[in-house]
Amino acid sequence: MSEQKLTAAGGSEPRSALLQALLDKDTMLEFDDPLGSDMVLNMGPQHPATHGVLRLLIRLDGETVVRAIPDVGYLHRGYEKLAESCSYHEFIPHTDRLDYLSPISNNVAYVLAVEKLLGIEAPPRAQYIRVIGAELSRLASHLVWFGSMAMDVGALTLLLWTFREREKIQDIWDILTGVRFTTSYTRIGGLAQDMSDECAQMTKEFIDQLPKNLDECESLLNKNRIFIGRCDGIGILSKEDAIAMSASGPVLRGSGVARDIRRDEPYLVYPELDFDVITFDGCDSLSRYYVRLNEMRESIKIIRQALEKMPKGPVSAQEPKRVLPKKERIYTKMEELIHDFMLINFGINPPVGEVYHAIESSKGELGFYIISDGRGHPWRLKIRSPSFMNIQALPIMLKGGMISDIVAIIGSVDPVMGEADK
Amino acid sequence: MNEMILAKLAGNFKDAILSSNEFRGELTVVVKKEEIVPVCRFLRDDPELKFDLLSDLCGADMLVSEMDRGPEVFDHDYENDFTKILEQPQSRFQVIYNICSLEKKTRLRLKVLLTESEPHVETVTSVWPGAEWLERETFDMLGIIFDGHPDLRRIYMADSFEYFPLRKDFPLMGIPGSLPLPGTAAAPQEGENRHE
Repeated sequence: MSEQKLTAAGGSEPRSALLQALLDKDTMLEFDDPLGSDMVLNMGPQHPATHGVLRLLIRLDGETVVRAIPDVGYLHRGYEKLAESCSYHEFIPHTDRLDYLSPISNNVAYVLAVEKLLGIEAPPRAQYIRVIGAELSRLASHLVWFGSMAMDVGALTLLLWTFREREKIQDIWDILTGVRFTTSYTRIGGLAQDMSDECAQMTKEFIDQLPKNLDECESLLNKNRIFIGRCDGIGILSKEDAIAMSASGPVLRGSGVARDIRRDEPYLVYPELDFDVITFDGCDSLSRYYVRLNEMRESIKIIRQALEKMPKGPVSAQEPKRVLPKKERIYTKMEELIHDFMLINFGINPPVGEVYHAIESSKGELGFYIISDGRGHPWRLKIRSPSFMNIQALPIMLKGGMISDIVAIIGSVDPVMGEADK
Repeated sequence: MNEMILAKLAGNFKDAILSSNEFRGELTVVVKKEEIVPVCRFLRDDPELKFDLLSDLCGADMLVSEMDRGPEVFDHDYENDFTKILEQPQSRFQVIYNICSLEKKTRLRLKVLLTESEPHVETVTSVWPGAEWLERETFDMLGIIFDGHPDLRRIYMADSFEYFPLRKDFPLMGIPGSLPLPGTAAAPQEGENRHE
C-alpha cells in the first residue's frame, strides 16, 4: 500500500499530525492490495452516531477496521483554566456542563471534593437528597443512552419511550432544583434548597412506575435477534486491557471487573444502602448493555431506600464561615450579611493542601483533584473525566471489527463529549 | 496502610523518595524524577500493594509572582504555608500521578518536580498504557515533555497553537490572534490547520 495514496485521500500537504499518527502506528499493511481496498475514512465530528463531537479517523481494509484514532477537543472550553479564577462557589454552575446528561452527579462530585478539602460534611438529610439526585442523574443518563444505543443499531421506537421516562425525571428536577437541565443544585456544605414533600412524592411515584416501563422497553430488545446479533461479541475489551487503559464505570464492569466506587470507597450515605454491583464478563457491547440495564434497577432500589430512610433536618452545615447563608437571613441578620460579604468577595479560603475525590457517576469514575494555596479560588483544579478515559480505550475495541459495528461500539461506551473535552 | 506503603518505598527506593506528607488521609509521595518509572513499576507489581489502576495523571504550574500573591485577607500564614506545597521553590512544574489499587482499595499520589528549563520526565505508558492520553493532555496544557511517549501530540488545542494554556503566565482571556478562526484573514491556508 503506497503512502501517496493515503496522502491523496487526506487531501493536504503537508500531512496533518493526526493522519501521520494513523500511519505511524502499527498499520503497515503486509498483504498485497491489488484491488485498492485500503482507505482512510473520516467519521465525525458531525455525525449522529458519535454522540456529540467525537471524531474518528479510521483506516479500513475493505470493511474491516485496521486501526482507529479518536480525535477529541472539539468541545474544549478550558474549564480547568476558568476554575483558577473562579471562587469555589462560582465553579458549581460550570460542573453542570461537563456531563450534561447527569448534572446533579457532577455537582455532587465537585462539592464533595471541596468539602473534603475544607474538612466539613453536609448534614444527613442533604446527603440523602444528594444520593437521590445522583441516582436520578444516573437513571436519566442511562435512559438517554438506552434509547440512543438502540437507535444506533436501528431500533427507533425505543428512543421515544426512554425519553418519555427521562422527561419525568426532568419534571422532578424542575421541582427539586428549579430548573430542568443545568441544575447547579449543590452548595458547599449542603444544598441550594430542601426537597419538598411534593417532590419526594413525585419521585416515589416515578420509581414505582419505572420498572414496569423498563420491562416494556427491555422486551423490545432483549429477545430481539437483530439487536443481539449486532451487539454480541463485538467491541471486545478484555479485563486486562480495561484496567490497563484506566477504563471505569460500565465499560470496566462490562469487562468483568467488580469496581464500583460507591462500594469500594464509600461516600455520602451509600454504606447504609443496600445495592448490588453489576458485572458481566462478556467484555463486549452486549455485556456493557446488560450492565447499564441492570444498574438502572439498582438505582431504583437505592432511591426507594433513600426516600424511606431520609431524616428530617437542615440541608446546610452549620459552618457560617464556609457555607453560604440563606438569602432571607442575609437581608435581616447582621452576622449573615457579613459572612455573605466575605464569602462572595474573598471566597472560602480552605487550608493549604491537595485532595482528590472521586464518585461513581453514570459514566464511571468522576474525580476532582484540587490544589489549594489557601486563597478563595483553587490554584489548580483537575477534572478526571470518565468519558475521556473510556474513549481512549475505543481503538482497542474497534480494531478488527466491521465498519457497521463502529456505531454499536461507540454506543456501548456511551461517551459524553462535554465531559471528555472539559 | 499508608505507613506500610511508605515503609516499602523507603526500603526499596532509599534515595528516590524526596518527601511525603499526609493531608485528609491522602498520602502524597514526592519521587525523584529519574526514578519515577521504576517506582511506578514496583508499586504496580508488588503483591502487597498492587496499584494496578492509574486513576489520573496531571500537571500543575507552581509559578508564583509577587503580584500573584495579592493582599492577605484572613490571618493566614501564607508565606510559610505555600512553601510547603512548592516543595522546592526552584521547580516550577509538578506532574501528579493519582493511582489506586482495585484489590486493596487504596489510593496513593505520586509527584515529580520539574524545573522550568528542563520540563522533561520519562513516560509511564510502559507501566500503565492508559497514561497515553493523560500525558498528551498534560503536554498540551502545560508543555511538559514525556520522554519516550509513543505519540506525544496536542490533544485539545490545534496543532498550530504555540502556547500552553494552563501555564500561569498564559492570560485567562487568551492571546489575540494565537488561534485563527476559519474564514478570517489570519487563518492558515488549507492544509496547515488540523482539520484538513
